[in-house]
Amino acid sequence: MKLNSKIPSGPIQDKWDNHKFSIKLVNPANKRKYNIIVVGSGLAGGSAAASLGELGYNVKCFCYQDSPRRAHSIAAQGGINAAKNYPNDGDSIYRLFYDTVKGGDFRAREANVYRLAQVSNNIIDQCVAQGVPFAREYGGLLDNRSFGGAQVSRTFYARGQTGQQLLLGAYSALNRQIAAGTVQMYNRHEMLDLVVEDGRAVGIIVRDMVTGEVERHAADAVLLGTGGYANAYFLSTNAAGCNVTAAYRAYLKGAGFANPCYTQIHPTCIPVHGDQQSKLTLMSESLRNDGRVWVPKSKTISEKIINGQMHPSEVAEEDRDYYLERKYPSFGNLAPRDISSRSAKEACDDGRGIAHNAGHNGVFLDFAASIDRLGQPKIEERYGNLFEMYERITGENAYKTPMQIYPALHYTMGGLWVDYNLMTTIPGCYALGECNFSDHGANRLGASALMQGLADGYFVIPFTLADYLAGTVGLANAGRTATDTEAFNEAEDAVKSKTNKLLSVNGKQTARSFHKKLGQIMWEYAGMARNEEGLKKAIELIPQLREEFWSDVRVPGENGELNQELERAGRVADFLEFGELLCRDALDRKESCGGHFREESQTEEGEAKRDDENFCNASVWEYKGPKEAPVKHTEELTFEYCKLAVRSYK
Amino acid sequence: MKSIVRLVTSSVGKKYLMALSGFILSGFVLGHMCGNLQVFLPPHWINSYAHHLQSMPYGLLWVVRAVMLSAVAIHAATAIVLFKENKAARPEAYRKDATVRASKASRTMIVSGLIILFFIIFHIFHYTVKNMYGLDQLMINDLGHGPLEHPVPNVYAVMYMGFSVWYVALFYIVAVFMLCQHLSHGVASIFQSLGLRNEIWRYRLEKLALAYGWIVFLGFASIPVAVLLDFYLGVPIFDKSTFIEVYEQAKNCAGAIQ
Amino acid sequence: MKLTLKVWRQKNSNSEGKLVAYDLDGISPDSSFLEMLDILNETLIERGEEPVAFDHDCREGICGMCSLVINGIPHGHERQTTVCQLHMRHFKDGQTVTIEPWRSKPLPVIKDLIVDRTALEKIQQAGGFVSISTGGVPDANATPIPKQVADVAMDAAACIGCGACVAACKNASAMLFMSAKVSQLNRLPQGKVEKDRRVLAMVKTHDELGFGNCTNFGECQAVCPKGITLDHIAKLNRDYAVASFKNIFGGVK
Repeated sequence: MKLNSKIPSGPIQDKWDNHKFSIKLVNPANKRKYNIIVVGSGLAGGSAAASLGELGYNVKCFCYQDSPRRAHSIAAQGGINAAKNYPNDGDSIYRLFYDTVKGGDFRAREANVYRLAQVSNNIIDQCVAQGVPFAREYGGLLDNRSFGGAQVSRTFYARGQTGQQLLLGAYSALNRQIAAGTVQMYNRHEMLDLVVEDGRAVGIIVRDMVTGEVERHAADAVLLGTGGYANAYFLSTNAAGCNVTAAYRAYLKGAGFANPCYTQIHPTCIPVHGDQQSKLTLMSESLRNDGRVWVPKSKTISEKIINGQMHPSEVAEEDRDYYLERKYPSFGNLAPRDISSRSAKEACDDGRGIAHNAGHNGVFLDFAASIDRLGQPKIEERYGNLFEMYERITGENAYKTPMQIYPALHYTMGGLWVDYNLMTTIPGCYALGECNFSDHGANRLGASALMQGLADGYFVIPFTLADYLAGTVGLANAGRTATDTEAFNEAEDAVKSKTNKLLSVNGKQTARSFHKKLGQIMWEYAGMARNEEGLKKAIELIPQLREEFWSDVRVPGENGELNQELERAGRVADFLEFGELLCRDALDRKESCGGHFREESQTEEGEAKRDDENFCNASVWEYKGPKEAPVKHTEELTFEYCKLAVRSYK
Repeated sequence: MKSIVRLVTSSVGKKYLMALSGFILSGFVLGHMCGNLQVFLPPHWINSYAHHLQSMPYGLLWVVRAVMLSAVAIHAATAIVLFKENKAARPEAYRKDATVRASKASRTMIVSGLIILFFIIFHIFHYTVKNMYGLDQLMINDLGHGPLEHPVPNVYAVMYMGFSVWYVALFYIVAVFMLCQHLSHGVASIFQSLGLRNEIWRYRLEKLALAYGWIVFLGFASIPVAVLLDFYLGVPIFDKSTFIEVYEQAKNCAGAIQ
Repeated sequence: MKLTLKVWRQKNSNSEGKLVAYDLDGISPDSSFLEMLDILNETLIERGEEPVAFDHDCREGICGMCSLVINGIPHGHERQTTVCQLHMRHFKDGQTVTIEPWRSKPLPVIKDLIVDRTALEKIQQAGGFVSISTGGVPDANATPIPKQVADVAMDAAACIGCGACVAACKNASAMLFMSAKVSQLNRLPQGKVEKDRRVLAMVKTHDELGFGNCTNFGECQAVCPKGITLDHIAKLNRDYAVASFKNIFGGVK
């Protein structure tokens, strides 16, 4: 596997412009001759499918839900960053670039991040033109708010539903193309394999989730916008259906998988309530603008609160530990996600957690001070819907009792390795949005995921895809439709045999129970803090669990029908392999950076300690076969513009 | 032409038809009620009122009748189409059905509507097409200003005699109760269908519609109730001097049956 | 908690369905309704029976995938709550709970509690967009939009497209769903440009798909998990009237 990042030359400000000029174009009249497959319909996939359709390409778009509007991008609450500098508070493209690189703990590719910051402004323009109802001031202009990891207000938002509104914007653009006939939408279709022929991606194998039929689809290029792999941990804030299958299948077919150990744990989720829980719910990070995070200073007070002998509001000021404000005075409660999460874990590991669950894992997010200062109506106006959601789930009124929060797995920065053009190591196979590894390094800042998904789909892929189509595929071979080749036969047979295997085990345990067990291993050994011993243990346990799965899973029903258990089992089977890869990467990266915290690598104060000498790189894993260990390649990261520094939020 | 057909056959277009015809009909109902309530005044009031209506120039009466009849026809025909389409949109019913907010009145519009339609047909025959019950014999030649050249219908007497038949009066009361129900949803619905309502006015208009329905009910129902009281229980409400013979005859018949 | 569930079971769109009763014990009041169904399914699989198929995804009330009629009410009796956010503490111990799919002709049952909502997609495809392509748009602040207009547009845009309004409507009309998009886009300057075309096309598609007619019951608003109001339907009615008249005089191209 050769990693050529294809970063254009020249000063960082000019790289993207130069690149756009130097890459090949497809003549408008020829675009309709090319067939493109887009898998996933979230911000990245949906916006890419729509934009490519607008340009005139023949697009097929696939999603596993019953509508492209349901992709999990919809759940993003807080907002989307852009370097508009509307509030006149000193923001610029360069600052957004710098904040993002620093926020990613210097493990992202500078050129990609700069491009992201550059196109961020176009995204806002685009979304407003689509009719996305962003929040506005009384003067009719757009409102901004601040977010974790930044000292400027650059976040655009639509109440607590920004992701929903942006996705619906992309969805509307997609609908326009579906109506125009340039995009064919395949709902309730799940990609089960990537077809590679002569080293190039030429199509996919999908299963029609209603009829169970396995279908072949050929194209000149395949774009994956299939999201992240947080569900490897079973309990996460991801949707129940989110899975790694598409990306993992691409990995099995030769795409390098970069930095799988970079996972983001979101600090403000509702704590686990019991063992029947199926998912964790995020409370927007924006709450930290007005909420203060604390735990009691002593274990005895924590115990009293848990046992109901004491109301949190009765705890005296001097008995409270506002640990974020104490440890990071300049950022305080707005410290970046990885730091906030780890601090919460420290406090709870210290026995001062206050939640009514095993381990008492939970801390307070207290609005009492803000309610005193601003009045309840103001808080209601800002976060009313979040408080309602909190009450719906926990049955508690957060205006009266402080919210309880605890970190939960939320986003994955790692993903398929891509070059500057967003192409994976398989020519013709692209990865967009959370599915790739490119822009967030080891930690993603709040309100940046939406930005990246849309940047990739609206403003990057429409340019960079043309280079491959015009250059590598060429007009003479354009419009691939043949699916009767050996590569398709093999891929389809493999999919069918895996399905049959799953259906024929006929064991005793459900796929969900295996998923749960995998999640426990992952959270225990590859969660917020990792160490060599634990990771080795996980690498030992996961294959055992996998073996147990293949000998004892029970998948009821049959293939030729809507079979949710079969879908689940297929996804869990991939997670059971992928989880091991994640742990291997975490074990290999003997430094702490961003979301990856190795206990062996920390400062005396317990902060993450990077090892720039040995690990200023991206680890890219190459699949070598079912019995072999994957091989690591590295892409060295150079920082010409951002100074490699200790990431300090004190 | 195509665009007009498209409008009136669309789901929203049908709402407009219902709303506009409903608006005409509910306005008429109020006017009709006010006219009828003159029966509680001395006989020449309602008789002159009726005479004036009958003798409107330029055939205006027929214009009004045509408008009213077409409003009824449009309202009823559209309602039947809507009912059929709406039934077809849910071929399989919920095994356990529940309603959160929709009022009983709104859910039974088709029932109340059909009863009212049936009533209207009966009502027109009963009072306007005059050969039923021989009521055309009830004529008068004094409208309070001395004798007339030609006798005019004694509407006062017609109403009294009509309602003196208890089952007719009862049917009438039931029908106007249905009308009350119908209006309590329909009047507010007019504004919604024409897009002239918002969240604040919704509740006001719903109350207004309810009040409208009940006013119409009380206004109309008061007449048969009063006639029944007068005729059967002898409560002296009406002046029967202008049709005393017919009254006595009916009274005797009623007595004989009893 | 202990519950008796009566669940609609239907093998596929061609077969007849029926309610099947299941007893379930040991449910935590803190569980969500869907977690309760997860447990039912785990039990069924262990017993060697087919699990109940139901749509769900984000489980935080925003994707619009979950779609159950609980005791006759879409998304259950809690106001402005999707099934996935409905918690078992709102049910009584020992209660009997009937679970059915959305029922309407345009949204047929695929299996058990899952319905095919392609018809809702078609309505959106008919006009639920602003006809602009990527790039070449003016600066985001080039057109000021009054805050109250943006706020009302946002109220409408909050629709999650679950289809509960269709399920609740006694006429199985999709008017609330459709009006939310019409109202959002027709209010904003960006969408106003093609407001007549939009409303005509969307209503036409709605009718062709076999949805019922709106007769102003208000059931849709009562069950809408996002609190979308009939105001948006009123707005659609207004806009449709204007558009139709323009259309009659040849003003809509």
